[in-house]
Amino acid sequence: MKTSADAVVIGGGVTGSSIAYNLMKHGMKHVVLCEKDTFASGSTGRCGAGVREQWGSEGNIRICKASIDIFEKLQEELKYDYDMEFVQKGYLMMAYTEKEWEQFKENVEVQHRLGVNAVICTPGEAKQIVPALNTEGMYGATYNSRDGHANPFHTTRAYLKAFERLGGQVNCFTEVTGIEESSGRITKVKTDKGDISTPVAVNAAGPWAAPVAAMVGLELPLYTERHQILVTEPVGHLFDPMLMSFSLGIYCQQTPHGSLVMGIGDPNEPKGYDTGHSWQFLKRMSDIMCRLVPALEGVRVVRQWSGLYTITPDAHPILGTVPGIDGYYQAVGFSGHGFMLAPIVGQVISEMILGKELSIDISDLDLGRFERGDLRVEPSVV
Amino acid sequence: MAKEEHDIIVCRCEDVTLGEIRKAIREGATTLDEVKRITRAGMGPCQGRTCRLLVAGEIARYLGKPVSEILQSRYRPPVKPVKMGDLSVISEEGENSGCKCREEVTGQ
Ligand SMILES: Cc1cc2nc3c(=O)[nH]c(=O)nc-3n(C[C@H](O)[C@H](O)[C@H](O)COP(=O)(O)OP(=O)(O)OC[C@H]3O[C@@H](n4cnc5c(N)ncnc54)[C@H](O)[C@@H]3O)c2cc1C
Repeated sequence: MKTSADAVVIGGGVTGSSIAYNLMKHGMKHVVLCEKDTFASGSTGRCGAGVREQWGSEGNIRICKASIDIFEKLQEELKYDYDMEFVQKGYLMMAYTEKEWEQFKENVEVQHRLGVNAVICTPGEAKQIVPALNTEGMYGATYNSRDGHANPFHTTRAYLKAFERLGGQVNCFTEVTGIEESSGRITKVKTDKGDISTPVAVNAAGPWAAPVAAMVGLELPLYTERHQILVTEPVGHLFDPMLMSFSLGIYCQQTPHGSLVMGIGDPNEPKGYDTGHSWQFLKRMSDIMCRLVPALEGVRVVRQWSGLYTITPDAHPILGTVPGIDGYYQAVGFSGHGFMLAPIVGQVISEMILGKELSIDISDLDLGRFERGDLRVEPSVV
Repeated sequence: MAKEEHDIIVCRCEDVTLGEIRKAIREGATTLDEVKRITRAGMGPCQGRTCRLLVAGEIARYLGKPVSEILQSRYRPPVKPVKMGDLSVISEEGENSGCKCREEVTGQ
């Protein structure tokens, strides 16, 4: 392992991998990534990997749109020899309460203003997009064909392989145990495999972002929460878009492989690091999905697991620098949608570190907003 | 890729060949989880009951380590694939109530 570097990235999930690659791409010479386990072993490898522009706030729409612009060319840019399985077959966001339906229609207005071509669908039109759908009880839906999903393992690995080709060093099974500063500047990252002198440390530690921030004396307003998910056996084509409903708390997609990946939120989930699983989840998931898509009754569940959301008080990430700690950067607190943001986050954080002009303004996503009381608002997470 | 590597299926659920597994290992995978994430070996309905020992053996041979030192991946429930329709007839108490429609879709 290198003993000195221009930057050390902490975390080998999709965020850290994208940041590390972008640093090398933008001209840094010696970048080291440390991952305490294997690549994508945190939230990334457990996630639904959905990517959408259909948000409610201008900020979220802009940043997700910019990320999808990158996703569309990523397979080619990273010259990856496996398929990252990025497909754009849309998201169908389904409203089951009047309030949700009114909100969706308002969201589409904002989306149109920002160049997102989402359409408003009656239940009949939704059924034309997804003939397998039982639209009973649905108020309506919105659909955006540019949304989609990818394979989270391969997306992360594609970044890491490109990073290594550019000369970056990936150290798996290497846990960061401390960060040293001197007169308000980062000087060293300490690991269980040795120390690395560096002026830059990037916290991309996902659910463990708060313990890593504590190494520089920072307290982050984050908590973690389990989210369960399952995958079925592969079956013939059932539907194209990601199905999503906030009021039902569900999302469900058919992957290119033919299997269906789906999850459901649990409003009673306690905070913490539990990543176990329950049969109650299987039951709730099956109940709702068999009603929405009756053809699923005969489809077998192959595997269930869970992962952690890392949540901030306003469900928006915390990005960038912290006054008083020169050389410390963070990209944390993605609140359940960090996969879709990784391409743009990697790009902007690296631009920030290298003192380049930022491709998108993220100044309102800094840690200081919580002290200023300037919280972001996103109406499209219920 | 040698001809026979290409013909030998190691993971029968997901149709993964020995050649594909060896490629992932050559490219740096050192654990069962990594091979699984790259190739899908062990992700199918049997969850690697047949292939995981074979894959572990391949990693061990490549790294020159005993098989017992190769990091295993977890078995995830359900133990055997279960139809979603059958899961949805279990009642919240864990018993089979035979009724699928206790809550309305709109009732949440
Ligand atoms: C069930 C589920 C479904 C989801 N669905 C979606 C979705 O559809 N779309 C979407 O955009 N997002 C989704 N998410 C959220 C998404 O998974 C995360 O926001 C994203 O993966 C965060 O990536 P990350 O790289 O920041 O964190 P992680 O993937 O958690 O990576 C952090 C890494 O840091 C490592 N690490 C931590 N501490 C240290 C240390 N001290 N030293 C070295 N390494 C360390 C960890 O081992 C880990 O690998 C979902 C999440 C879950 C759980």
